[in-house]
Amino acid sequence: MPASMDVIDIEALSLTFETGDGPVQALSGIDLKIAKGDFVSFIGPSGCGKTTLLRVIADLEQPTGGSISVNGTTPELARLDRAYGYVFQAPALYPWRTIARNVALPLEIMGLTRAQQEERIARNLALVNLTGFEKKYPWQLSGGMQQRASIARALAVEPDLLLMDEPFGALDEIVRDHLNEQLLQLWAKTKKTVVFVTHSIPEAVYLSTKIVVMSPRPGRIHDIVESDLPRGPRPLDIRETPEFLKLAQRVRDGLRAGHSYDD
Amino acid sequence: MTKPTFFRHSVVPVLTVIAAIIALWYVAALFMNHSMVVADAQLKGLAFTPSATWYRSWALDKPLLPAPHQVVAELWRSTAGLSVTSKRSLVYHGWVTLSATLLGFLLGTLLGIFLAIGIVHQKVMDKSLMPWIIASQTVPILAVAPMLIVVLNAIGISGLLPKALISTYLSFFPVVVGMVKGLRSPEAIHLDLMRTYNADDFQVFTKLRWPASVPFLFASLKVGIAISLIGAIVGELPTGAVAGLGARLLSGSYYGQTIQIWAALFAAAFLAGMLVLVVGWSERIVMRLMGARPERRAA
Repeated sequence: MPASMDVIDIEALSLTFETGDGPVQALSGIDLKIAKGDFVSFIGPSGCGKTTLLRVIADLEQPTGGSISVNGTTPELARLDRAYGYVFQAPALYPWRTIARNVALPLEIMGLTRAQQEERIARNLALVNLTGFEKKYPWQLSGGMQQRASIARALAVEPDLLLMDEPFGALDEIVRDHLNEQLLQLWAKTKKTVVFVTHSIPEAVYLSTKIVVMSPRPGRIHDIVESDLPRGPRPLDIRETPEFLKLAQRVRDGLRAGHSYDD
Repeated sequence: MTKPTFFRHSVVPVLTVIAAIIALWYVAALFMNHSMVVADAQLKGLAFTPSATWYRSWALDKPLLPAPHQVVAELWRSTAGLSVTSKRSLVYHGWVTLSATLLGFLLGTLLGIFLAIGIVHQKVMDKSLMPWIIASQTVPILAVAPMLIVVLNAIGISGLLPKALISTYLSFFPVVVGMVKGLRSPEAIHLDLMRTYNADDFQVFTKLRWPASVPFLFASLKVGIAISLIGAIVGELPTGAVAGLGARLLSGSYYGQTIQIWAALFAAAFLAGMLVLVVGWSERIVMRLMGARPERRAA
């Protein structure tokens, strides 16, 4: 089979930022393939380059070495083609737009008709259980609801690829569990490829089919853990099973080994 | 918020301060005008009791500092007491100044917004224009105004426009500074979002930069409207004091009509207050339409 089966194909990728204090190597020797329909998590301590790697895939950062293809083409062409939806750490909703108009934002830019917009808004708000909140402004919603609205906005573009940068990092654990469960159901329903950045081991193991363990200075991949948990929706109490704990242990060991504690 | 707390927290302090100012004013008027009354009495060979001297200090025709009630009486006489078409009506003069103020404010706001859009989108404009814009405000307007009026008059432009242009000259500045900041106020994450949608510069402007800059615009407009009024008044001074609040100030000083000067000053202050209030109201209406969270006032 040709390599185009992989939604994302990264080879020997590196990225060096030029800063006032000299060059900083953010990513080094990254090799990674992500197949269609995978749910892949990047996990690692702060400064390991997991967000930077996601931003490279989204064409928000330019690599300084190696090669990367997204959807069989360059990240830039994939971005111009609106091939992915991006969910940021913060909901990044525009405060002067209602929830419905926030979801409509990418649709307006894409030039969809009003009727098409309305249909997609209704469908995607229903997917994240926000039907009935169309006319609310962001400040009238809780943090978890705001982040769900931003997921609906990313889905409204109808991309095959969803890039999520610690989307639930700022939420409390109960809301986070709930959203993780919903996200898995959504993923199973829509069959999208998801790349998910997190620094939570249970979150990574619960959600993913593949866990990429990264380590800092320079940012590199330490281990890639294939999950043998069942694909599709998983009950939250799967986190108590021996299989889950074994995976979590392996990820934790990887993080520990990759982390130098001398600083 | 309940009525009694509103009364205690807003009405009482404001009235207290006003009462204190008025009391101080009467005292100041007494001290400043006292010697005039005494000198006048000596000239006429009269001897006043202290209380009569006091009273006369607050009732002179051309006092150094008119007493509050004299200014109020003059304000009443020259607004309600005269036809608005009268050349001595403050309503007439106020309207002359107001029309120049509003025209200048409109032009200044448009110019300011236009320049800010250019500066934010063109690095060349940022580097080349910004120093000149700042320099323009270091020139004393009192020196520029007569020259501008004379030059424009020489090429046949007189009346409303030259005065309005001085207002424009003053009011575009806060709008440029505020709007440059406002148009650059969107967070990186909001701009990244637009980039992931492959939005063009125009879409980023209309859907992100412009709405994000609205609060900054209103802050600038509040400053802009007040200095537009100052610009219009300054513009009226060198025209030979024909019409407008500036003209009333000037003719008052020619003839030592201090009461008239003070009445015109109060009219100008009142006008400025109303204009700022109107801008504030429009801000609240616009922000509400834009879904802003209603402000919670501190108790």
